Amino acid sequence: MLSAIEIEKITHELQQVPVKKAACIEALKIVQQERRWVSDESVADIAAMLEMSTAEVDSVATFYNLIFRQPVGRHVILLCDSISCYVMGYTVLRQRLHEILLIGYGQTTADERFTLLPNACLGTCDHAPALMIDDDLYRDIQPADLEQILEKYH
Amino acid sequence: MERPLTQHIPENGAALHLREYEAVGGYTALRKALRDMEPAQVGALVKDANLKGRGGAGFATGVKWSFVPMNVPGPKYLIANADEMEPGTFKDRWLLEGNPHQLLEGMIIAAYAIQATDAFVFLRWAYKDAAREMRRAIADAYTAGYLGKNILGSAFSLEMQLHTGVGRYMCGEETALLNSLEGKRATPRAKPPFPQVSGLFGKPTIVNNVETLSWISHIVNNGEAWFKSLSYTADGGTKIYGVSGRVNKPGAWELPMGITMRELLEEHAGGMRNGYRFRGALPGGASTDFLTDAHLDVKMDFAGVAAAGSRLGTGTMVVLDDHTCPVGFVHNLEHFFAQESCGFCTPCREGLPWTEKILWSLENGTGEPADLELLERHTKLLGPGNTFCALAPGAMEPLQSALKYFREDFEQHIKEKKCPYAHHQH
Ligand SMILES: Cc1cc2nc3c(=O)[nH]c(=O)nc-3n(C[C@H](O)[C@H](O)[C@H](O)COP(=O)(O)O)c2cc1C
Ligand code: SF4
Ligand code: FES
Repeated sequence: MLSAIEIEKITHELQQVPVKKAACIEALKIVQQERRWVSDESVADIAAMLEMSTAEVDSVATFYNLIFRQPVGRHVILLCDSISCYVMGYTVLRQRLHEILLIGYGQTTADERFTLLPNACLGTCDHAPALMIDDDLYRDIQPADLEQILEKYH
Repeated sequence: MERPLTQHIPENGAALHLREYEAVGGYTALRKALRDMEPAQVGALVKDANLKGRGGAGFATGVKWSFVPMNVPGPKYLIANADEMEPGTFKDRWLLEGNPHQLLEGMIIAAYAIQATDAFVFLRWAYKDAAREMRRAIADAYTAGYLGKNILGSAFSLEMQLHTGVGRYMCGEETALLNSLEGKRATPRAKPPFPQVSGLFGKPTIVNNVETLSWISHIVNNGEAWFKSLSYTADGGTKIYGVSGRVNKPGAWELPMGITMRELLEEHAGGMRNGYRFRGALPGGASTDFLTDAHLDVKMDFAGVAAAGSRLGTGTMVVLDDHTCPVGFVHNLEHFFAQESCGFCTPCREGLPWTEKILWSLENGTGEPADLELLERHTKLLGPGNTFCALAPGAMEPLQSALKYFREDFEQHIKEKKCPYAHHQH
């Protein structure tokens, strides 16, 4: 069931758009903001509210890289795997992250602290390699910096 | 040397806020346009200036605006494309974070020129600082009377919204962007009808890049002759160029349009890092053809880069050095394009993963001589005209040029059954 807050926020979005469907992505964002991910149940709830089929909402939800259809950890690490970061050594960072967190891409640590995901260019290629944790951007990273960066997140 | 777009951006990277922007002449162009100019005059001025789009394709902005039918009732839309997901590209970020009001003023004037009722900034998710600054700038502009009903007492009204994306390269393609704004999957639309006639929710819509729109107030204030005088070549204005890779000072700079690749690399980016040699560069982001050291004197404008066999694209260059495997480099690019393909048309959906697989096997020493021919064939089959949008042809540009300029590297992988650069593993 959608929470009262979610319903209120989605209702607000519905007032901004000429057709209900147009609020679909915003609705997914709202639910994810509240729950960190979007479950099958939430997809069905959004579909009901926007008068769409669940399949249609799901097709939108699964299209976008940053709508999570599986539970994620408390913090999401997005490691840039695009070209400037490749040249500047992202593969070493990836290796180090695998070693420190003992997880691969798409996985969550056993304590649910981190989920590790690859991400296309973060738009800070002059400071490659780069990664983002939640809303925080880290640039010009050396592999040795990683542990200290991760310590900030519990 | 004038730097109209970036000169007022504070050195510390903070945004120029409303009062500061006004203090350096901000919103005078908007007053001038609303008071002294008809919408059509604004369009004509931008056309005369021959401002070319800075989002990649380089289409003339004034000409694009002129396709909007002016006599139809109902809403019209203006959208700033701030998706900037092309790998190697980071120029719009500078403008968004540093001078958000410059973009807003340009958007309001552009909206006036096409008589738009609503405007959107389509901003990528990862740009958190830009989102914060844009949100604040929009709110401040409303408070100051630059947005909303009867702007500055004129008959013109405009509503402005910030939309943040949820991550997909296709959202930057202008028709896919429209679908995404409508809450749908970001797949491209068939053209015609062109968005200028039938765009967002079926209404006339203009989509322009952030850097393009940031020019409008300056052109209104200073005129077409001034705009043209900023450039070294026939393409007017300055350009925000960038360089990333193993150079001494990676970064972005606003410079006269038509500066040479050599000047960019050596003077602004500080040359190659000690121990690294320049082998080539993608002059304008991930979807452009390599240029090599034979092209260092090429002028970085639309015609100059095209004559050298590539595209100016976004004007942000990615450098390939002699310690980085060209096959690995191209593999990384094709991995990106395969991931980000929207899957809508078969050549791209099937061809890109195939291309990626072939490159993977070459890199891992299991490639065969026939693979190179197969790759060449892909560059034709996924080339212009065979796919629904420009993503797949764009993906083939670095590949086809790598096969041309770095052929011996591809062949060496096959012959030695391993990556000759493996010992350089960064
Ligand atoms: C796959 C793809 C991604 C694109 N991404 C962007 C983008 O992030 N930003 C942008 O301004 N243009 C992007 N473009 C180009 C737009 O389709 C469009 O040409 C541009 O926004 C028009 O603005 P301009 O005329 O001011 O250059 C992309 C094109 C393609 C094919
Ligand atoms: S070329 Fe690729 S990205 Fe473009 S429509 Fe076809 S499948 Fe989608
Ligand atoms: S390639 Fe990593 S930030 Fe652009």
